[in-house]
Amino acid sequence: MRPFKYTRVSDANAAARAVTANPNAEFLAGGTNILDLMKEDVERPNELVDLTRLNLADIKAGPNGGVTIGALAKNTDTANHPLIRKSYPLLTQAILAGASGQLRNMATNGGNLMQRTRCQYFYDTAMPCNKREPGTGCGAREGLNRIHAIFGWSEKCVATYPGDMANALYALEAQVRVRNASGRERSIPIVDFHRLPGDTPEKDNNLERGELIVAIDLPKSNFANNYYYLKVRDRASYAFALVAVAAALDMDGGRIRQARVVMGSVAHKPWRSREAEAALSGKPASEQTFRSASEAALAGAKPLAHNAYKIELGKRAVVRALMRAARLI
Amino acid sequence: MEDNLDETSQPELSADEEALVKEMPALTDVGQARRTFLGQSLTSGVGLFALMLLEKEQALAALSAPADAVFAPAAAPENTIRIAMKVNGAAKTLELDSRVVLLDALRERLELTGTKKGCDQGQCGACTVLVDGRRVLSCLTLAATLEGREVTTIEGLARGEQLHPMQAAFIKYDGFQCGYCTPGQICSAVGLLEEARRGEASHVTENVTVNTTSLTDEEIRERMSGNICRCGAYPGIVAAIKEVHSGKETARTWRFVNDDELARVRKEWQTDETV
Repeated sequence: MRPFKYTRVSDANAAARAVTANPNAEFLAGGTNILDLMKEDVERPNELVDLTRLNLADIKAGPNGGVTIGALAKNTDTANHPLIRKSYPLLTQAILAGASGQLRNMATNGGNLMQRTRCQYFYDTAMPCNKREPGTGCGAREGLNRIHAIFGWSEKCVATYPGDMANALYALEAQVRVRNASGRERSIPIVDFHRLPGDTPEKDNNLERGELIVAIDLPKSNFANNYYYLKVRDRASYAFALVAVAAALDMDGGRIRQARVVMGSVAHKPWRSREAEAALSGKPASEQTFRSASEAALAGAKPLAHNAYKIELGKRAVVRALMRAARLI
Repeated sequence: MEDNLDETSQPELSADEEALVKEMPALTDVGQARRTFLGQSLTSGVGLFALMLLEKEQALAALSAPADAVFAPAAAPENTIRIAMKVNGAAKTLELDSRVVLLDALRERLELTGTKKGCDQGQCGACTVLVDGRRVLSCLTLAATLEGREVTTIEGLARGEQLHPMQAAFIKYDGFQCGYCTPGQICSAVGLLEEARRGEASHVTENVTVNTTSLTDEEIRERMSGNICRCGAYPGIVAAIKEVHSGKETARTWRFVNDDELARVRKEWQTDETV
């Protein structure tokens, strides 16, 4: 690991100021991703600004029946908080599908949103990667791309966003509250938080330099009864998804009033399918309805050489997640 | 239990091996003495293995000139930070390079080598310890972040000679083979007990909206998935955790061999060899 200056701060504004002042500084929260990447020489900050002493770990009822979760609340504490388990069990399921008990005890909600792709070419400094070193090319585009994107990729980058928590946050239409060095706060709708790679895959999200995530705001939810987070991976636990589905239904008897369908590990950001949601809205909850929704969800997919399987897998995963959400299986 | 291995019996050695064993004291003094020993072994015509070792050492030495240097000098610490924490109940103050993770601080500075380095990047669980009572990976925990925290390692679980119930259960159920992942497994299991007591849910919990305090085998396996065991001792690990978690003891299905039985088996072996 390269040498770096360790800076401990006592409030969020000071943290934002420290990272704004030094273009090679990074925030340190749980450390589960950035330290790994520093050991691999992928991330090379010359300063880490330690956020772990900041008072940003509260989870509490917010305005209009919503809930606010602190950026520094641990994944474990968020998933198991009574307010989340009761009103946003989809989020609980998604968080618990990720990583391991140890890692969830360390990882924070803000850090979870900031985690980087697990594309092997991004991790391997002997390989070209436009995300790691802009202009060097994409090793995965013509390389081994079994785990890569089927939606929204570009010639510059075919990596996926690997997380689980964010898939549920997309379904729940969360807002990410961020603060800059001058103390100004703004809210970013979660759907606009991460980016598609385009010509600038080195930018994972739309944060400005030095902006610090301080909280995630969840609006009141009608999805506390019919929800399911399905994660398909190479082993039963402790692995990243090949395809994940966050499904939520607002039911009126046997009829679907409103639906949310978000797929994970299929694009550079969680992939919300408005097409699938439209195909579900107002329809009876049935396997037939869910099959047509799954066709709509995967209709725009563009596979690479080794990941066409994600299309059929994605369809079946959407159907199964919706069947579980509707309690039909 | 008493170890009854007969230390007086020696395997048959070839003349070359005899010569090597005579030189063995040189090995206890690593570095230049070791290289001298390897050189001597080579000139006396002993072993491809010694040759390979020597080549490797020379290659390593070439990387860190001058050639006669035994070890490259340790890099001077940079960005030194001072950190005070509790480790297994004792107050410790360390001056560390900012890059040092808890795992290396424990092993290299505090001589607590029970915590093991497996993958060193959060994929195996061998380095699991408890920080403020919660299980975490010490390989991805920057020591600098631990000011004022309490760390418990495998060395801190027993009370004197009395093993922690989880340690005793791992022995009872044969929850290990090579033992390398075991300190991490046990620390993880101890953390898991507390999580279950608080009613925390897991990925396999059917209904996450209600508290789960009683764990099935499936729940234990999922909650322990962050600890990889290459030997595949999982059935014993699950059985050990299940017993401590449930508090329901099951009878041990094995016992240590006694002296008479051991003598009898030895006799049988000798008889076999002479036949």
